[in-house]
Order: sequence, then C-alpha cells, then structure tokens
Amino acid sequence: MPRPGFVLDVDRSTPPILFHHGEGFRLEKLPPDRSRVVYPAEPLEPLEDPEGAIRHALENPVGDSPPLRALLRPGMKLTIAFDDVSLPLPPMRRPDVRQRVIEAVLDLAAEAGVDDVHIIAALALHRRMTEAELRHAVGDRVYDAFAPHGLLYNHDAEDPDNLAFLGTTPHGEEVEINKRAAESDLLVYVNINLVSMDGGHKSTATGLASYRSLRHHHNVRTMRHSTSFMDRHSSELHSSNWRMGKVIRDAGVKIFQIETTLNNDTFGATGPLSVLQKREWEWTARDRAAFLAMKAGLDRLPLPARRRIFHSWRAPYGLTSVQAGEVEAVHEITTENVYRQQLVEVEGQTDILTMGLPYICPYNVNSIMNPILVMCLGLGYFFNMYRGRPLVREGGVVIMSHPTTWEFHPVHHPSYIDFFEQVLAETTDPVEIEARYEKQFAEDEWYRHLYRTSYAYHGVHPFYMWYWGCHGLAHAGKVIVVGGDRRAVRRLGFTPASTLQDALEMAEDVVGRDATITHLHNPPLVMADVK
Amino acid sequence: MARPTERLARLPRLPFPWSAPTTPRGVEPLPRPPRAGADYDTDWARRPLARVVRAAVVEAVARPAVAVLARPDRRGLDRLDRLAADGGPVIFAANHHSHLDTPLLITSIPEPWRHRLFVGAAADYFFRTRATSALSALALGAVPIERTKVARRSADRAAALIEEGWSMLIFPEGGRSPDGWGQPFRGGAAYLALRCGVPVVPVHIDGTGRILRKGQKLPRPATTRVTFGAPLVPEEGTDSRRFAARIEQAVAQLADEVTTDWWSARRRAHAGTTPPLSGPDAPAWRRAWALGDPDRRRRRERRRWPPL
Repeated sequence: MPRPGFVLDVDRSTPPILFHHGEGFRLEKLPPDRSRVVYPAEPLEPLEDPEGAIRHALENPVGDSPPLRALLRPGMKLTIAFDDVSLPLPPMRRPDVRQRVIEAVLDLAAEAGVDDVHIIAALALHRRMTEAELRHAVGDRVYDAFAPHGLLYNHDAEDPDNLAFLGTTPHGEEVEINKRAAESDLLVYVNINLVSMDGGHKSTATGLASYRSLRHHHNVRTMRHSTSFMDRHSSELHSSNWRMGKVIRDAGVKIFQIETTLNNDTFGATGPLSVLQKREWEWTARDRAAFLAMKAGLDRLPLPARRRIFHSWRAPYGLTSVQAGEVEAVHEITTENVYRQQLVEVEGQTDILTMGLPYICPYNVNSIMNPILVMCLGLGYFFNMYRGRPLVREGGVVIMSHPTTWEFHPVHHPSYIDFFEQVLAETTDPVEIEARYEKQFAEDEWYRHLYRTSYAYHGVHPFYMWYWGCHGLAHAGKVIVVGGDRRAVRRLGFTPASTLQDALEMAEDVVGRDATITHLHNPPLVMADVK
Repeated sequence: MARPTERLARLPRLPFPWSAPTTPRGVEPLPRPPRAGADYDTDWARRPLARVVRAAVVEAVARPAVAVLARPDRRGLDRLDRLAADGGPVIFAANHHSHLDTPLLITSIPEPWRHRLFVGAAADYFFRTRATSALSALALGAVPIERTKVARRSADRAAALIEEGWSMLIFPEGGRSPDGWGQPFRGGAAYLALRCGVPVVPVHIDGTGRILRKGQKLPRPATTRVTFGAPLVPEEGTDSRRFAARIEQAVAQLADEVTTDWWSARRRAHAGTTPPLSGPDAPAWRRAWALGDPDRRRRRERRRWPPL
C-alpha cells in the first residue's frame, strides 16, 4: 500500500533535504521549527493489465459517447492525435502509453475496415518531434506502418493550407485548428495527463491549434487569472480552452477523447536514481553510497556529459487509469486520478517557498534548460502546483535552486536567444514584453521557417514561457536563485545567491526574521492543496 | 578515564549522507529489515564465499582449539556409514552442556555432512545483535530458532534448508544444561524429521560441561567424548512428540553406554531401565552429589572478602 504524501515539520532531527539542482543535487539543511517540507505520495499501484484496461475503456466510454467500435465504419476519415514530446517527463520507458492506446484504437479501426487514417503529433507551437521521438511515443509498428506514407506527422500551426477556422467564442476568441482533424469524421485524441493542467478541451483546442487561436489564452491576462492553471475550475486558461472546445464541438468536430494517468514512479524503486524518490531519513547505507558516488561522478563530469546521462533516463511510470469518451466527462475522472496521486493537503501559506529545479521541463526534452525555461519551470510550473491558494503568501519570497547557465540550444530555441539577449535586456515586465515585442517575434519569417522545417520552437514560444510564470512573478515579493549563473539570474530580474543560507538571509529583508519556510519536494510530482 | 566507546561517541559525527540520517520527530520510521533476531536472513552465509570462509574457520581455528581444549574421543562413526553412502541430509540431535558443544560437533560430524551443515541456534542469544548474528551465521552456519515460542517461520526456514540438501545440527534441549544434567527434549528435531522425511542421528556429548559450563567465563581443558548413535527413522504413523521421546531415549542410551559399556547399556535399554538424561528426581543437592565432583580446581579458588 503506497504511503500518501505529507507535510513534514522540520526539527533538529531532520536530515538535510534533497534539492534538485539541474543536472545535479544539493543537500540543504532547513532551519528547524519554522520550516516544513511537502513530500509527494509514493507511486500508486499501476494497473495490472494496461492493455485490458485500455480495451475496456474503449468499449465502455464515459459521458455521452457510444463505444469507439460503434463510431468506426468503412470509408470514414479517422484522425488520431496524440500528446507530443513534452509528455511525460522524463520520457517513460517503452512501451509508451500512447503506443498502447494508439495500437488498440488502430486494431478497432482495422476491424471496422477504416482505411483513411492520419496520426498527428499535437504539438501546437512546440518543436517538431524527431523520428526517434515519434518512434518512442507511438512505437515502431505504428511508425513503420504510417510514417513512410506521410500519414504520421507533426502538426504545423503555421501551415495556412492545413488549418481550419471553426468560429469565435462569445469572448471573441478565434478557434483555428488542424484542418485534417477538423474535417475528419472522428478525431481520437490520445492524451497523457501527467499533471492536472493537461487534457480536457485543452488537448485539441491547444495541441492542434494555430498561433491565431493560441494567443487568446496564452497571454499575460489569462495567465494572471489562472490561479492556478493546475486547477481547472480556477484557471482562465482552461475556461478559454473550454469555450473553444464548445466552438469545436458546435462546428461538428466529433472527438473521442482517451485520457490516461500515470503514477509518479519517476526514478524507480530500484536502480541508480531510486534514492531520489526516497525520504531522506529512510536512505539506507546503500542509498547514501549510491548518492555520494553519483554526486562525486556528476561533479567531475562536464555539463554536456551530465546532460546526456540525465536525458537518457526513462521513467518507469505505471498506468494508473485510462478513460475514454466525451471530453468533459473523461477529463473529470482523469483529474481525480491525477489528484489521487499528487495532491497533498497543506495547512496555510508560507513566507518563503523553496524549490529544487531538476534538469528537465516540458520544453527541453533532449535539449538544454536555458534560463527562460528555468523561470518557466520555477514560477510557472512549480509555483502553480497548488489548489486553493498559492503555497507562498502574496509578497513572499520564492527561492529556486538551479545552475541557470547562460546556454541555449541553437536548433531548438533560436528565438529564446534573441528574447534573452534583446527583450529581457530591456525589460522583464510581462505586460510590456507582450505589448512591445510579441507580434514581432510571432510573425518573424525566419523563426516561422525554423519552426516549420527544422526542430525549433515557434518564435513566440519564449514569450509564452515568460507569461507562464507571470502569476508567480506578480505574486512573489522577491525571487532568489541559489547556485545560478549570476549574470543570467540578474538578466531574468532575479537575485542570485551562492547558498541557501545566503538566500534565506536575503529573504529576511522582504519577509522579516523567523519567516516560515516551505519546501516543495518535487519531483516526483506533488501538488499542494492549500487550506 | 572515559571508555574507548565513549571517546568514540564524543568524536564529531560525519554529516549526512556520510553518516546515517536521523529521523524527524513525529515521523513513523519505516520498519527496518531485521538485522538480528529470529527474522535475521542468513542466506548470505550459505553462499560459496561464506562457505569457504566457514570451512577455513572450522578447519584452521575450531579444530585446533577443540583438539587443545577438549581432546575429543569420537565414537560410533561407523554407525553412519550407510547413511554417508546415501549422502542425503540428516538431522544431528545432541545433548547440550556448553558453548563448546557446537565447535566440537562441527569438527566431529563426518563428511559428507560437515561442510553442508547448519546449526539451529537460539535466536534470543546468538542473534541478539547484528554483530553476533553475522558472526554466528558465518562461523557456525547458524540459523535462528525461536525457543521461547512456537514460530512457524523458524520451522519453515529450517525445513526449506533440509529440503535443499543441508543437514542440521540441533540441541533439542533448547539450551545449555544449568546444572550438569539434561533437560527434556523439545519436539523441533522430531517435527522437522517427520516433515522432511530425513533420519535423525542421536549424539551424546560428555565432558564439555567440565570445560566451559553455563555461567563459566574461561574454558579449562579436559577430555570429552562424542558418541554417535544409530540413525533413527520415524515410524509410520508416529507423531513428533513420540518421536522426540524416542530421540531423547536414544541419547540417554548413548549416555549410559559412555558411563557403563555398550552391552550393559543395551540390556538396560531393552529392560526399560536406562537412566534418564535429566538425572535423579531428587532435591538439588542430591542431583549435584550424583554428578560427582567434576572440577577439583574449583577448590583452589582464592578466598575473597565478602562485599561490604
């Protein structure tokens, strides 16, 4: 029986706490009697028979939807869309859950005599997936059967010939999505709900949309009104996507949504990284030896080698639920299953929120975590891992631990380089950035070309990363980065600190002495339900 | 002057993770894998490397030590010839006077059993700490046996080892003799023999009580005699209680054989008049009197003033 997550009140007996620190780790002693640590639950037991569960879900859909079998017929146009390389994190061990689901869907399609099938990676404005990444996600059988015939491909949000305008929401939001998906008799969306932000109408309304459509919810105003975007009912991001979902439905696009949830078995119960998943006072002599050896080895390796090692890690995630049918009904169950794994009740807010940022975020799979992504992971994702109220009080201090190197992947993140060098050199204010620079980057022909033909994120993507963190930016009184490149940290508008103790002293200037501290022990993923 | 352990404790502790973490208050620690006691896992002590170490300890340390301290006279080994030809696992059941009994028997039990042998040892004594557990498992091939309660796990583990072809040495009395006389045999050896269908070899040890009796700290050399009896095979339909009584009787007959001679012992056995191992049913002084005076040197002990 996996143990639930919990909040540890730090006392003098509490050993130093593990902080992820990019491609490395730190062990930090938190001040006793005023600190607490939010620990994730242990991984839920995975489903014993994932294939059986998937077949069962397809035959027994939820909401107002017939079984998938009944929706398939000869001569129809079927499109299968799936979540891109940004999910799950880290990538999961083969077979990926998308492969299992897509194969089950294709089995039924073949049985029904469906010939016209397209499979699309729903990547919105993310970079295109490489062949290896597509093979990993959908499996070799599916890839070899569809990709050589041009039937398995990446969504292109800048291809005017393959986008369909479906209408406008009552709020004036334009809805434009992939034409093939829009014109199909059935769109089957295969999702991985790693966090509660994923899934629902956001799958299609964002994953298969164009910039014209995305800009209506990927903006400063929406993000500041998403408190948090991990809680659909308090998220303007989701409200906008739900409105768009209604437009898509009213336009006659029939969607059969298949959502899956994973446990948080990120580093495995055994193996070289298993120590990262254990509570510090439960580290055995073997764990401690493994940690010391790992740390000593990593400290001596050059950064590219460390990065290669970490990015080669494949998480042994287990499937905890799969549900299919009508989008909203499916998503309600999915969200409950995500919460079942990740939600931990926390009493009250804190003055100082600390977090150790790992080597990976949704936008640097097989890539480099540049300073903008550090900001997005810390103030975007980790800060928003709450329901109710933010973990840190308004005007409190956020302390993040990450090397924050001034380094960018030139192929994946070309517009990030210019954003960092030009835009952030001028201002870090999201509103000003949005007003002055977004259009220029979004419509830049060179970035557009790289997005469509190379493996670059869209020109506007670094702006979205900055918006992603704007709620945290506005909420926090100060942001301190421990162990980061000082120039890069200052460029982000944050305060650099060499050690956590230094950072805590700096925080005193904002929140006073004896401020309360809460550390989010993440990953494995944990979400605070703040009362 | 502080003791070395106290001085060690005063040294600055290495920081985590170089040293073991402490558990925060209010957190329920994980149940630790048993590092001692009845649940101690001794599997490692039957792996090849540990067996080589144990063989070296038995042959290079125990055998010379036993030869010097106990000067054993081993008898009755010819009774095991047929059993040795079969080569199957056996349970050796012996009376118990001293800590010396185990090394004496380990060096006396012949091949093919000597180096494929485990010893049923009291969990509450030999497996009290992690260090004694490891030492007992390695040097003696000991397996923890609960003697204070009926423990299915101990029995299951011993039965599994016997079924894997390991022979067992057990002292059915459950502990060393407190007064030089024997104690009633418990049913463990009989139960395992019935459960696994293996023969029991009764063994009588004489003289180890004079070398290192219970409560004595330093050994005093003396002569000992180890007598192996004819293997006992459980009869059809017998139960462990009756079979345990039969084993005890066989050891008592061997004791009689040592005290008198084989023929006298056999006649008394057939007549049902073999003296019991537990000695005369009489007051303590008479039981002690009946043992004779095994240790003359005790008289030479220096007189001490009584504690004031």
